[in-house]
Amino acid sequence: MNRKFVMALGLALAASASMAQTLRIGLAEDPDVLDPSLARSFVGRIVFASLCDKLVDIDEKLNIVPQLATSWQWSADNKALTMKLRPGVTFHDGEKFDAAAVKYNIERHKTIAGSNRRGELLPVSSVDVVDDMTVRLNLSAPFSPLLTVLADRAGMMVSPKAAQANPTNFGAKPVCSGPFKFVERIAQDKITLERYANYWDKANIHFDKVTFQPVVDSTVRLANLKSGQLDFIERVAPSDVAAIKKEGKLGLARITELGYQGITINTGKSDLAQKNPLGRDPRVREAFELSLDRAGIVKVAMDGEAEPGNQWVSPGNAFYAKNVPIPKRDVARAKQLLKEAGVPNPSFTLMTGTTSDAQRLAQVVQAMAKDAGFDVKIQSTEFATSLNLADKGQFEAYVLAWSGRADPDGNLFSFHGCKQPLNYSGECRANWDELLNRSRATLDPKERIKIFATLAAEIEKERPIIYLYHRNWLWAFNKKLTGMRTVPDGLIRVQGLKM
Amino acid sequence: MSAVNSVRPEPVEGLLESRGTTPGRRAWRRLLRRRSAMLGLVIVIFFVLMAIFAPMVAPHDPVATSWSAVRSAPSAEYLFGTDEIGRDVLSRVIWGSRASLLAGLVSVCISMALGVPIGLVAGYVGGWADGLISRFTDAMLAVPFLILAIALAAFLGPSLTNAMIAIGVSATPVFIRLTRAQVLAVKVEDFVEAARAVGNPHWRIALRHILPNVLPPLIVQATLAIAAAVIAEASLSFLGLGQQPPAPSWGSMLNTAKNFVDQAPWMAIWPGLSIFLLVLSFNLLGDGLRDALDPRHR
Amino acid sequence: MTQYLAKRLAAILPTIFFVTVIIFTLQQLLPGDAATIMAGENQDPNVIAYLRQKLHLDEPIPVRYGYWIWGVLHGDLGESLRIQEPVLGLILQKLPVTLELAAMAMLIALVIGIPAGIVSATAKDSVWDYAANVVALWGLSTPNFWLGILMILLFSVQLGWLPASGYVSPFEDLQGNLAAMIMPAFVLGNAIAALLMRHTRSAMLQVLNADYVRTARAKGLDERTVVLKHALRNALTPIITLGALEFGTLLSGAVLTEQVFSIPGFGKLIVDAVFNRDYAVVQGVVLFTSTVYIVLNLLADLAYFLVNPRMRG
Repeated sequence: MNRKFVMALGLALAASASMAQTLRIGLAEDPDVLDPSLARSFVGRIVFASLCDKLVDIDEKLNIVPQLATSWQWSADNKALTMKLRPGVTFHDGEKFDAAAVKYNIERHKTIAGSNRRGELLPVSSVDVVDDMTVRLNLSAPFSPLLTVLADRAGMMVSPKAAQANPTNFGAKPVCSGPFKFVERIAQDKITLERYANYWDKANIHFDKVTFQPVVDSTVRLANLKSGQLDFIERVAPSDVAAIKKEGKLGLARITELGYQGITINTGKSDLAQKNPLGRDPRVREAFELSLDRAGIVKVAMDGEAEPGNQWVSPGNAFYAKNVPIPKRDVARAKQLLKEAGVPNPSFTLMTGTTSDAQRLAQVVQAMAKDAGFDVKIQSTEFATSLNLADKGQFEAYVLAWSGRADPDGNLFSFHGCKQPLNYSGECRANWDELLNRSRATLDPKERIKIFATLAAEIEKERPIIYLYHRNWLWAFNKKLTGMRTVPDGLIRVQGLKM
Repeated sequence: MSAVNSVRPEPVEGLLESRGTTPGRRAWRRLLRRRSAMLGLVIVIFFVLMAIFAPMVAPHDPVATSWSAVRSAPSAEYLFGTDEIGRDVLSRVIWGSRASLLAGLVSVCISMALGVPIGLVAGYVGGWADGLISRFTDAMLAVPFLILAIALAAFLGPSLTNAMIAIGVSATPVFIRLTRAQVLAVKVEDFVEAARAVGNPHWRIALRHILPNVLPPLIVQATLAIAAAVIAEASLSFLGLGQQPPAPSWGSMLNTAKNFVDQAPWMAIWPGLSIFLLVLSFNLLGDGLRDALDPRHR
Repeated sequence: MTQYLAKRLAAILPTIFFVTVIIFTLQQLLPGDAATIMAGENQDPNVIAYLRQKLHLDEPIPVRYGYWIWGVLHGDLGESLRIQEPVLGLILQKLPVTLELAAMAMLIALVIGIPAGIVSATAKDSVWDYAANVVALWGLSTPNFWLGILMILLFSVQLGWLPASGYVSPFEDLQGNLAAMIMPAFVLGNAIAALLMRHTRSAMLQVLNADYVRTARAKGLDERTVVLKHALRNALTPIITLGALEFGTLLSGAVLTEQVFSIPGFGKLIVDAVFNRDYAVVQGVVLFTSTVYIVLNLLADLAYFLVNPRMRG
């Protein structure tokens, strides 16, 4: 054989080998329906990050950055947001992305049956097509979290043609405009996406295929990564971090989440609140908080992979109220408070999930609170059941985490607003609602910080939720992978990833 | 259930032995001779004693946490090491024997308490009652055991007691079917006919004459079912539906330990070994009992 | 014969009816309604109301049962609420996976169980008997999720011989498929091996005492021929028919094995669906597997009936 021919063949083979690169990602759960309007799980958002582009995105510092929209402008009265769209973008089926498509999508998010985005886009009253590449969202009242809402599923754009062709089952074959397009999905097995040749940012995409495989057990997930079957895994167990670092064969990345882990206390959701001293008397709640050593909890329950916190945002967040610092453990003061309240040995039931993380946390809390005289009874409840019980107010204290939103309003409004769906504690105060609404109405960050400072002081006094810590997102990956971006929302962004 | 011709020859030694002894004593002697069953029995007794005397034998309080000794390796103070929140693994293994043994014994008691009477009625009464019971039992047997147990445990709520009820109820159909089959076989024997001829009421025939003769295979099945129930409890714990913290059970210890196999293997070795030994022993004992009690297996 | 068949077929219908009742009530009575958990993190009251209406959750259980059965009789097993895919489609998608796992597990069980049972029966009460017992029983004496995790850590992480989890279709990559399935099949087959060993031992012991075996021995044939040619052939029938009945045990064991090894079969589907209150999936899959089990039972009984001339009378 001719040497040149062999070389050419070799080059061609090498080239094709490097071209057919697949990124294999291991997820902690199987995603739910792949329709941005109906989706409801965190893990689904990881798939969306590769499948569906959004109007805007957030970066590591939680700034809003352009994606499908290149610039935006609030109107003078802050009741309209005009966005200029990126030209030359097409959906995976070749359809053009324009203002009409944005209008269609926002309306779809608001109206489709069972939409989970309806509540998120409530303040948006109508959408105007100003011209082909300019769209205006009209609001019923100023709403500062709007851009962060558009940086999540509510800002994801699907192809109107595909959505109209498939009104009841779009999620089975989603057509978006992200870097990868949908190939197939085998439930609980694999989701396969392949590179979209006409992606507007295609220079930044270095893989031909992305596959997502749910591997529920974290030990097995890590084993898959170690044995080379996966290239990337999310939610590494905190207890595995030390070993991974020591072995040094895998890459590790971490960032503190946007959400939190806390204990919600029934202070007014049902009559159980009055029957139990914890729900009845804020001094008992203060004593409970003082009996806890957050740093110790983080060390034992999370192997140090969390940041202690006492508010709905982490201490590093710009909106953290510095006037309400994390209290130190003070068992003596706790005992004194209990004496003042007339209940030296209060007893309550702590409703906990059945995952081993939740159980570890509950046991640590139980042991710590015992020092101050609390008798904490751990009631393990399956997740689905616990949601129902919480909704009905059939609980005294509930270990509940929240995955977090980029804007502090996303961690606040539904939880502390009167009669809001996630307000399990049942605390209902007019001045809190007033503060919450004001924080939404003003776009000035300094003004909002002041409002949150006031709110934090109020919430700290009443303690309907005792915020404990903010967990670290932990990712492990093949050492050859570069370009990993750690954004606090916990998603895996494929732009820039290279192996 | 043999589709094959079975003739029972009487070996010569057996004839000499059988003079002057009861069938029970003969069965016991057969059991004693089978060494694997004896080993099983010894191990079971060992664990039962461990469970009964747990408060005296365990060196530490099984739920006492120690923040400084989290996941520490076996040492003089903590012979089996400590777990993820600093509790002594040895003490938890010793106390955990209670949960695992209870899970096995109580579940099977529930199964038998429900299954034997129903099977008795089905076999003895016959007719449409039998038809109804049999169809319902077949239906329960058609649903995979663990699915039934998971659904029941999820329905009742995660706790050891509910896990035992769930396992017990899920295993009931096996006992119904076994009892019924035995009753059908015994019902046509001569001594039952005789009892009826003498004028015994049905309930006395069922309880006094039929039931005792039906017991041997039930005892065998019960022993084997205890083994399966201990495994079932561990499986339910894996899904978060068994014994809840901080109370120890081998199954839940194993479930927590699987996350730390690399860093703290001692957390998994001891409960795993204990489950293995206990279940193996019940299995060996059950097989030995089957040999001893079944006259065909000489 | 046809009379027997007809009688048995008639008995199947009430059994299947009871299965539907059992699995339906067990699902619908689970605390925590599907609407709440399917509404996800936001818990939008509109979504909850919409789901409650879609699932007829405000109507009494017998009415809901009626809706479901009506659908089933028309071939519609409903839809997975979680991912909005039809249940029948999911069943057909996962059937080959579970079948392959079950078949491989059965094979392993036969390979371990039958020889162990033969040895145990022929070398009764000797060291070989105990050894065979322990070999067969150890699979039944360890929780299969635990065995699975240990095997993954040994064969995948330490030795790197086998993939840690996942599944690839045999038509796509036969070698990969076998590599992925061998561990879960082994874990699953182990437990069944013990049961097969018991059946084999039982059947062999009965057969070995039978007249025609004594005749064979009297004829002067060596023990090996007696055991393998005469005894085993006759013992095989009850062994294999009983083996078919272990399908139920297989499915039960598959539930956790698939969870640990991430094999996308029925077991994993059902467990996730129970915790997600995805009623239609659990009901549909259990109805399917139960019907298969009942039919297998029927076939096994027929086999007995055909083999044993005495029962025909």
